[in-house]
Formats: sequence, structure tokens, C-alpha cells
Amino acid sequence: MDQFKGRALSWELNDGIVELALNREPCNEIGSMTLSELESFAGALKALEGEAHALIIYSQRSCGFCAGADLRELYCQSQKMARTEAASGVRRFLERIHRVMNAIDASPLITVAAVHGVIFGGGFELALACDLIIADKTARFCFPELRLGLIPGFGGIPRMKRDLGNAMVRDLLLTGRSFNATKMQQAGLVSQLVSEGEALHVARATAAQLKKFDRYTAARAKEFVKPIPYEELKQEIDLFCDLFTRPAVEAGLRKFVESTEAQPYLP
Amino acid sequence: MCAIRTSDQTIDEILDLAAAHFKVSRERLTPDDDFFKTLGIDSLQALDLLTKLENHFHIELPDYELQGVSDFRTLASRIRSRL
Repeated sequence: MDQFKGRALSWELNDGIVELALNREPCNEIGSMTLSELESFAGALKALEGEAHALIIYSQRSCGFCAGADLRELYCQSQKMARTEAASGVRRFLERIHRVMNAIDASPLITVAAVHGVIFGGGFELALACDLIIADKTARFCFPELRLGLIPGFGGIPRMKRDLGNAMVRDLLLTGRSFNATKMQQAGLVSQLVSEGEALHVARATAAQLKKFDRYTAARAKEFVKPIPYEELKQEIDLFCDLFTRPAVEAGLRKFVESTEAQPYLP
Repeated sequence: MCAIRTSDQTIDEILDLAAAHFKVSRERLTPDDDFFKTLGIDSLQALDLLTKLENHFHIELPDYELQGVSDFRTLASRIRSRL
């Protein structure tokens, strides 16, 4: 399948470049619908890999790339279940999203996240699964999970440890503060910092350059410089599920979902 | 040599930037306004403003320092502490 248009995202293959566009109101929160469509994409990826050399992931929402997991859905779903049942449901969800993230991370395609605005939580984790992050000057990266009594659960911690130095990993995880694109470029995560609204254009130009190279060699080079920390990824799921059953998480989620404050995203 | 900004200059630059970015009349904005109300913005848009301010003043301002800050004058003092 060379193209797909769903309710949360769409993709198409053009001239050897796959473009995956996120487009779900309000800011591409990842809930069951987005996960299901991401799984469809991951399922189609094998076939696309035979025809393409690069994948670009970007957002069509003005607010940003992705605000992370759909916390409202998570809270509402977990309220309908006993705690152990909710924990099992969360584990299944995490295992599914990890399979998607791993498929993108391990893909022989060279993958580019073209980001702007909010890149929070699960959105940040999706960008971390990509090989290159091209950010415009509005981009802001954050792992706010500790505010909810949780940790990132979509593979963010092992991938952050792989791609960043200790100071940044600990600051991002333990303070929950957000960083702008300039800082993330200085930290070595953002490969190109571009003007507002230009990330996708630059990602397309980058993908066009990648087309000139032998695909097999590029895939082998990627595999060599970007090992996938499978064992730590599994440990992250275990830790997340262990923390999820604590009352502090329910209280944190409730506070977020019911908040009418102007600043719920500020940690 | 860089000129040192006064408090009033810092506030003026913030108000100019906020007015331009959120497309409101500069004349409507005063230093003691609640920027959430005056600009009609939510927390994500406030982070967008923070990014603009960091880029403009070439500073890094942790967003937790903005917790409870809602007026331009206090915002300016937080920014000045990082200049």
C-alpha cells in the first residue's frame, strides 16, 4: 500500500520518500486510535522499505509535532477497570507502541523527524526513534511524566540514554522541564535547526540527498551507529507498569484531566 | 559592546514580541496584564511564547520558573535574571 489516509494520520510514498503525517486534534495525542493507525503503518513499512530510501515523520497540526500520550483516554479507560486490569491494559498498550517504535528505529530506511512546536512525552519518544531530527525554532522538547508520578513509557528513556549525555538525560527526566531547539541542537539531538515552518522542506531536501547513496550501505551504516537497546526497552515497560498501579498516578492523571488551570503543561 | 537593557526596555521588548506573535494590538498590552487573559492563550501557547523569548533574548529560562507567573512585569524580572 503506497498511501493511506486514516483519522489520526496518513502516509504516502513519493519518489522513494515515505511521508507519515500526524493529524489528530488537538495536538496528535497518542491514544488507541493513533496507535492502531501507527500499527497499520508499521505493518506496511516492510513493503514500503522495498521501494523507498527514506521516511519523514511530521505533523500537520499547528500546535506542534505531538503532545504525547492521550492522558484523558488513559485516565478514563483506567477508571472503568479494576487496578490490576488497568495495569494489564497499560502493559498491552505499551508493548504495542514499543513494537511500532522499534519497527521505525530498526527500519533500513533513513528516518527523519521534522518537528515544530510541542514535542512532549510520547511525541518526543517518536522523534527519538528516528535517525535525524530536524527542528524549526518553535520546537520545544519535554518529558513531563514525573509530574504524573510516572516515567516515559514509549521507549524514551533507553533511546534518550543512547542519544544524549548524562546531564541532559537526567535534566530532561528528573526536572520535567522543556528545552528549546537551540539547546537540543547544542546537546547533539537536533541535527538541523531551521527557520519557523521550514522543517518539512529541509527534511525533504535531506531525504533527496540520501537518495544518492546505496541503500544497503546506508542501512548497514545506520545499524552500526544506532544500536537498539532492546533489553532496556523491556525494563522500561516493567518499571512503567510497576509505577502505574500506585495511587499517586491516579491522582496525577485526575489532576491533569480535571485541571482548568491555564498552566497544566507547565511542570 | 552590548548595551545593557533597563527593566522598562525588557518589558517593552516582551510586549512588542507578544503583540506581534499573538496578533494583538500593542496598545492593549500593559506590564501588569495577566498575559493568559490579555493574549487569550493556554499553557501550550505560553510555552510557544517562552520559546520566542528565549530565542529573542538568547537565554535559557526553565519553564518551572514561570509557574505562577502570569503578568509581563514578573516575566520580565525572570528574564532579566538570566541576561
